[in-house]
Amino acid sequence: MKRRDGLGLGIYTVIALVFLLIPIAYTFVFSFNDSGKLNIAWQGFTFDKWLTVCSVQGLCEAFANSIIVGLVATVLATALGTLIAIALVRYRFRARSAISLLLFLPMATPEVVLGAGLAAQFLTVGVEKGLGTIILAHTMFCISFVVVTVKARVASLDPALEEAGRDLYGSPGQVFWRVTFPLLIPGIAAAALLSFALSFDDFIITNFNSGSVNTFPKFIYVAAARGIPAQVNVIASAVFLLAIVLVIVAQVSRAAREKRLARLG
Amino acid sequence: MAFSAFASQPAVEQAPRKRSFIALVLLLPGILYLVLFFLTPLVSLIITSFQAPDLYGDIGDYVTAFRWENYTEAVGEYWPLILRAFGYAIVATVLALVISYPIAYFIGVKARRWPLLQSLMLTLVIAPFFISFLLRTLAWKQIMSDEGPIVQALKAVAILPSDGHLTGTAFSVIFGLTYNFIPFMTLPLYATLERLDLRYIEAGADLYASPFTTFRKVTIPLSMPGIVSGTLLTFIPAAGDYINASRDFLGSASTSMVGNAIEANFLVLQNYPAAAALSIVLMAVILIIVGVYVRRSGTEDLV
Amino acid sequence: MATSSIASFAEAGADLELAGITKRFPGFTAIEELDLSIPAGSFFALLGPSGCGKTTTLRLVAGLEEPTSGRILIGGADVTSTKPFQRPVNTVFQSYALFPHMTILENVAFGLRRRKIADAVGKAHEALKLVELDHVAARRPAQLSGGQQQRVALARAIVNRPALLLLDEPLGALDLKLRRQMQLELKTIQTEVGLTFLHVTHDQEEAMTMADTVAVMNKGRIEQMGAPEELYELPRTAFVANFLGQSNLFTGDVVASTADHITVDVAGVPIVVPRKRAQRHAGEVAIGVRPEKVSLLTEAPTPEAGRNVLGPGRVTDVSFSGVSTQYLVEVPGVGELIVFAQNMVFGPVVAVGAEVWLSWNAEHGFGLDDDPGVVPRFVPDDSTESIAIQRRIALEEELEQA
Repeated sequence: MKRRDGLGLGIYTVIALVFLLIPIAYTFVFSFNDSGKLNIAWQGFTFDKWLTVCSVQGLCEAFANSIIVGLVATVLATALGTLIAIALVRYRFRARSAISLLLFLPMATPEVVLGAGLAAQFLTVGVEKGLGTIILAHTMFCISFVVVTVKARVASLDPALEEAGRDLYGSPGQVFWRVTFPLLIPGIAAAALLSFALSFDDFIITNFNSGSVNTFPKFIYVAAARGIPAQVNVIASAVFLLAIVLVIVAQVSRAAREKRLARLG
Repeated sequence: MAFSAFASQPAVEQAPRKRSFIALVLLLPGILYLVLFFLTPLVSLIITSFQAPDLYGDIGDYVTAFRWENYTEAVGEYWPLILRAFGYAIVATVLALVISYPIAYFIGVKARRWPLLQSLMLTLVIAPFFISFLLRTLAWKQIMSDEGPIVQALKAVAILPSDGHLTGTAFSVIFGLTYNFIPFMTLPLYATLERLDLRYIEAGADLYASPFTTFRKVTIPLSMPGIVSGTLLTFIPAAGDYINASRDFLGSASTSMVGNAIEANFLVLQNYPAAAALSIVLMAVILIIVGVYVRRSGTEDLV
Repeated sequence: MATSSIASFAEAGADLELAGITKRFPGFTAIEELDLSIPAGSFFALLGPSGCGKTTTLRLVAGLEEPTSGRILIGGADVTSTKPFQRPVNTVFQSYALFPHMTILENVAFGLRRRKIADAVGKAHEALKLVELDHVAARRPAQLSGGQQQRVALARAIVNRPALLLLDEPLGALDLKLRRQMQLELKTIQTEVGLTFLHVTHDQEEAMTMADTVAVMNKGRIEQMGAPEELYELPRTAFVANFLGQSNLFTGDVVASTADHITVDVAGVPIVVPRKRAQRHAGEVAIGVRPEKVSLLTEAPTPEAGRNVLGPGRVTDVSFSGVSTQYLVEVPGVGELIVFAQNMVFGPVVAVGAEVWLSWNAEHGFGLDDDPGVVPRFVPDDSTESIAIQRRIALEEELEQA
């Protein structure tokens, strides 16, 4: 079906992608704005904001909190979720559909409900809100996404590989660590990246469970009422650039690997 | 991509083997966690939603009761916000679907011949994930502000009256919701379309179906899993969102959604029972809508 | 014109004509200046190894590819620039391509509904009865076996009464026994419905069993075309001689020539070939004989008019295959020859290492059209390559079945 029909669609897609990138470009450009407290009108180019990131009170602290929460929640959610994913694909048990439902529900629940529910619970139990409660909350909503991501990878694994491992005198533990786990790493890595991204950008649930502790998104939310300092744009742009570079490096190296494989095959 | 896994089941469906206590060991920590921090909070929320004010306490002190009036009062006061939330969410979901499907189709089907272009375009689709949701929304606020280029241009050609605004209107809130959830819609669509076997489309053409009919009768039904998970991933968070509709972002007092009411009651007014009741109502309506929708579209196995 | 012709059922098949078709893809040419004409109502097979251009030819006829140049006529009407859904052609796809989201009945009725033909459901049921699958009409494709899916794909195509039915290796995914059975069924159905069938396959046995006319395709060209017996008995090129069955090929100079025969000097031995069975009659030529036409003798035969004799040679390999035994015989100066001997007695007649002579009726020999310079002596590379491809395909199918 090689006719001229892809052209219009291609032009549309390019326009749509440009549209998606407009706010990102805006944020990036305004990280160089020589503005005062308010970063709204363009005042001229400066590189100063990139050099004085931490001069804004509380900004770097909030950013550091986001990183800590993201890392801890990612480790917890990835570990718990991976175990569930393996169990779901490889074992038969009775409460299967109940467990599937329990995993689906957090994804089908609006964040505001998740946030309010946890906050109500912390209120009832009398837990002081802080970094710990944010981590507990983030781990909770990341687990389901980890399960979904890793489960796809487990399901695509050939069970014969594990059988071969057992056939070659591997104990169940050895088979897991030497065969199953290495094969799952791409799925687990993807799940961890997703968890971190979800946690790092979460505002709604954090807002309900953070008490007086600030995270990066919460800092923005609070600052939005009085005007966002350009340093916020600096941090966001830097994170964006780092993430994009990582993704592109990963893609290029995968493309190169596939090309190499294709040449061998 | 998590959403690709979310979109549909992998083709290899292995018969789960042997029951074992190993399964229990694997499941227990995670499931326990979800019970403690997802299920019990929902129960707490239900309990809170029936609480009555503590007559002898401060503002924000409540005692366990069965005050079902919390629901009637909350719904009575906030029903326009509930309706608005679902109205906005439905419109934004439909718009996101209409905008995303051609993008996903181009990347997943037409661009198959150029894998590099495919992965580059996919990276651009997910690029917004790498920058704060709040900042993206604020950027649109600035771009659409009264001094911004769009408003000036629209006023110049008299599409917008000279005293008109873009921000703080239903338009800007729906615009923001649509924009923010396009990647959530595009990714699952891409995941199913990328695996769409083009031979089915050839078979459609072979059996006298015009390209449009083939699209309607073959492509759309075969991409249903992606459509279902994309719309869910958009509709559910959009219905509960309160950032776009917040007055500091794209909304105003007249665009408040139920999420804004929950936030205000919980975090500002400390009227926890009202916030909890609204949350339960929101969740219940979403579960009903999602349940009916998933059943009708015939893709129940989402996890 | 094309639209009007698809609005009604074809009463009989239409003829197909390809005129000067060339198809280039970025980087390679799949088909070069192909001319082909298939008479109405015939069962025509395009046979060739993978990558010979046969599937591209089929897709061009279906309209799924556009030719770089040339014209396609169906029933005399030029359909070159029409879209696939406007052509009176249906395809049974290699992978069947049954719509997974529809029932069997919906699949079969799909084409009829698109053309708004009355009583689509009734006609779909009839088509399903024809392939003996009406009882699974309500099921989904995934619930059927491979053989059943194949028959549904056939029903989905023939229910439309296309002027031309295209079959793209439709039996490729079936196991051997089912394949044989389906071959017979397809042939019966073709006779019953009287449509023109264009069948693409790499399986020479399948092509010969089913088709009235077989065209052997190689590297984007048709090497030879004709009835199966004719192709087998009188291959014109080394490629055909080795792709359709096996052959013993020799090269040598024509040393004598009469009105009825030519004599070729093969490593000092005169080999006689009937003049009308030889494409070239002078200079260096390539000639051959089929292995089953050759007899194995344990003693030197007395020279006899009308029989060619080679030998003595030594048996290097014996393999028993039930109805016959295959011998490999090394003849000094000539090379290795293959002989098929019917198993008339119990066990092989001669053992490895035995000294033997080879003899065949001169009327059974054939002379090739190839330039002997490019024909490798004896078993050409072409053949081993194509056999290797066939074996690989067969192996892959087996693995898929498992």
